[in-house]
Amino acid sequence: MVLDLTLAEAAGQLGAGATSSTELTRVALQRVEALNGRLNAFLRVDAAGALEAAAQSDARRGRGEARGPLDGVPLGIKDNLLTGGLETTAGSRILQGFVPPVDATAVRKLREAGAVLLGKLNLDEFVVGSSNESSAYGPARNPWDTTRTPGGSSGGSAAAVAARLCFGALGSDTGGSIRQPAALTGTVGLKPTWGRVSRFGLVAYASSLDQVGPMARTVTDCALLLQALAGPDAQDATAADLAVPDYTAALERGAAGLRVGVPAEYFGPGMDPEVEAAVRGALRAYEQLGATLVEVSLPHTKYALATYYLLATAEASSNLARFDGVRFGHRARDVKGLRELYARSRSEGFGPEVKRRIMLGTFALSAGHYDAYYLKAQKVRTLIRRDFEAAFRQVDVVLSPTSPVPAFPLGQQTDPLQSYLLDVFTLPCNLAGLPGLSLPCGFTRARLPVGMQLVGRWWDEAGLLAAARAYERAHDFSRAAPPLEA
Amino acid sequence: MPVDDFQPVMGLEVHAQLLTQTKIFCGCSTSFGAAPNAHTCPVCLGMPGVLPVLNGKVVEYAVRAGLALGCTVNAQSEWSRKNYFYPDLPKGYQVTQFDRPICEHGQLTVDGPWGEKAVRVRRIHMEEDAGKSVHDGSAARSLVDLNRAGTPLLEIVSEPDLRSADEVVAYLKALRDILVYLGINDGNLEEGSFRCDANVSVMRKGSAEYGARVELKNINSFRFIKQAIEYEVARQVELVESGGKVVQETRLFDPARNETRPMRSKEEAHDYRYFPEPDLQPLQLRAGLVEEVAACLPELPRQKLQRFQSQYGLPAYDAGLLTADRALADLFEAVAARAKDARKVSNWFLGELSRLLNETGEPLSGLRFGPAQFAELLGAVDAGTLSNNAAKAVFEEMFRTGKAPADIIREKGLGQVSDEGTVEAVVDQVLAAAATELEAYRAGKQQVFGFLVGQCMKAMKGKGNPQLVNAVLKRKLGA
Repeated sequence: MVLDLTLAEAAGQLGAGATSSTELTRVALQRVEALNGRLNAFLRVDAAGALEAAAQSDARRGRGEARGPLDGVPLGIKDNLLTGGLETTAGSRILQGFVPPVDATAVRKLREAGAVLLGKLNLDEFVVGSSNESSAYGPARNPWDTTRTPGGSSGGSAAAVAARLCFGALGSDTGGSIRQPAALTGTVGLKPTWGRVSRFGLVAYASSLDQVGPMARTVTDCALLLQALAGPDAQDATAADLAVPDYTAALERGAAGLRVGVPAEYFGPGMDPEVEAAVRGALRAYEQLGATLVEVSLPHTKYALATYYLLATAEASSNLARFDGVRFGHRARDVKGLRELYARSRSEGFGPEVKRRIMLGTFALSAGHYDAYYLKAQKVRTLIRRDFEAAFRQVDVVLSPTSPVPAFPLGQQTDPLQSYLLDVFTLPCNLAGLPGLSLPCGFTRARLPVGMQLVGRWWDEAGLLAAARAYERAHDFSRAAPPLEA
Repeated sequence: MPVDDFQPVMGLEVHAQLLTQTKIFCGCSTSFGAAPNAHTCPVCLGMPGVLPVLNGKVVEYAVRAGLALGCTVNAQSEWSRKNYFYPDLPKGYQVTQFDRPICEHGQLTVDGPWGEKAVRVRRIHMEEDAGKSVHDGSAARSLVDLNRAGTPLLEIVSEPDLRSADEVVAYLKALRDILVYLGINDGNLEEGSFRCDANVSVMRKGSAEYGARVELKNINSFRFIKQAIEYEVARQVELVESGGKVVQETRLFDPARNETRPMRSKEEAHDYRYFPEPDLQPLQLRAGLVEEVAACLPELPRQKLQRFQSQYGLPAYDAGLLTADRALADLFEAVAARAKDARKVSNWFLGELSRLLNETGEPLSGLRFGPAQFAELLGAVDAGTLSNNAAKAVFEEMFRTGKAPADIIREKGLGQVSDEGTVEAVVDQVLAAAATELEAYRAGKQQVFGFLVGQCMKAMKGKGNPQLVNAVLKRKLGA
């Protein structure tokens, strides 16, 4: 099946004239049609737009004007990234029917690179969740076992990539929302350094933590996608004005001499033994590839969860204020007065987890509590950043599990506090603004994927990708396909 | 009067719209008068996913204001979000500066019957304006116009240093003049581009403790500000005198009834939940920016007023009128530099020029002639080639058409004969034909002199320089 190709391979076939964008797009649309009922990965498919983009790509290629490796390749977009002219809901009832007038910068850059955008992918409502179950449109399902979660919040992106509905996808990561679903679906997901990819057009949840990133089946594919996404943006003052290196140039340099940090704090109790075994196996594999394992300490890790939930909810309480029923999105009917317009539009439009977080964040910022919560959390955030600064004086990457558990059954997580613990390995990286990547490192006996997380130095996505690629070259899980009969 | 036992204490918060072409965080126009919501884009509409990008001009203007008010300009300042719900606040928060404003610790000197008074400026910060809610009388709806949303504002906060309504008005006028001089605000209270909130409290004379303060909101003329403060001070004094307590609250001034009314009390006051704006990095001023702005800072109204008095010998009142408008003052100086007597120039400015500007309603910027033409006209009067009355006619024509004064004088034949030889010839001629009158004059009939002047002027068709005719005639008569 042509969709078993990796993104890089598909690009190669397009370049060689062995296939066409129209062909790839048609096959992908057929597979979405056949499987999406079971996976609920796509919230919206733009078949006409995709076929039109594919035809244009083929015409370009025919004229010898192909734009690069993404030209003509079908991709999916997480539904919290604005797509001009195509409904964008962020997985929320409150944005149902909202058609943005503009593209997110990341989306625009993919279009400019010639990519074919198939449609919009499912997510936890406003990214609040790790299982996709807070989506107002029902959860996406894990292709490896459709009774289980694909993770969250970029669960639709992960499920679509794992199920070979598209060659890659955009996700976003605030506390692990790219990496955790990548781990749970056996795919590769990269959260770039905060500021590496423009956030313009990403529906904001926690601005100082949110980052757009690629998800695909291989490390190389993520590198190709990041190449198109990275760079400064006149519409995002926090997108760093830094030169973008060639992410594929040093990709194959191997692991010889690589110093891999192993943080003691990340291998504590509570971890699924099969996950731990797979990750320890990956550590040994790195040694065999010529890397050195170095024990490092990230002593403030234990405060990361509390810090994250104070800061993220504080920012979210402000970012989500614009959904007030006045200018766009859901507006309650038959209201009497302004207060009721606000109260009912928001009560009807937001789901319970979003409301919970708005209340938490409002509390953390309110008079009399600001110093004890928000301000203290900002101080701890600095300490967590310093932990990593110290670690990166000794090592090149830090390796840990991505998620303490493999994909769990839908409906199992009922206690919000328990589900917050699922992000414990991924969110320090967001607090520090560091680039982090999850890649497959094995399976459980029940044939559920296990992922490991590599965290790199600030702005060193190239080094991070190369470290991941070194492992992937020796242990390639990208050929393992989930048991779906199309 | 019990009021005399109390000391009013006022501090002001002024919101001044900056005269940038575009909004503070997006490229939309800031111009007035467009159709509702015509000047909007996804950013100033607060659509999901959009981000602010700072307009550098706003920073430059803030630095300008800070330097003019003697502030410390902070090399690093910080943006914050002020959170509250209102339909004309699209994002549900206002991007402003809270903990670390761009300018602090300034001072503004105000003159008045009290002499010189230094009012401390606590801080100046930048922020975005909200839109406008329009209540069209329908109970079922309100309308929102977001053209103004995102217009850059400076908030200028004084210390509670003001002690009377007159001081408040003097401070506001001085502040407005400075901002207008700096070219960063149009000073229009009625249209709301210069808005004032006043914090008013009263304390017993001799007390060291301030009373509870009441915030008076958005008062849109100097007259109303004076009225509002005087009313509010009297209300608070009366309240305290009758054993009551002033409640900290926000009140609105109603000019129709000349009273203030509570808007919201502290119990229902907003908790704005300020926190640092994560979408904008702390503002780091470009190295050299402050120095560049300082080098281009214009002379300020108060300095100019003092200099006009000393340099041109003008009375304070006249100097005040000339310096009230920077363009008028500049034009005055350009003409004065080309003229012999600055006081005469001043008279022309405050007389003919002001009259014509007032009568026609034309702006000074639309003037059809330059300082050189103005000076040329005054030079002709000085040289005696143009009578004062004729000059006024020429000036009016210049004002209407922009023609050069020499052309108007020629076309209208308004020139004045000041050539001594010509005048002498005419005088000789008149004297030769007036033997009888001459005799009477010599016999002591002084009024005959006037008759002889008249005859000379008649012979010269009224264009003789009267001073010269007088002088020549006197000489000839040996008087």
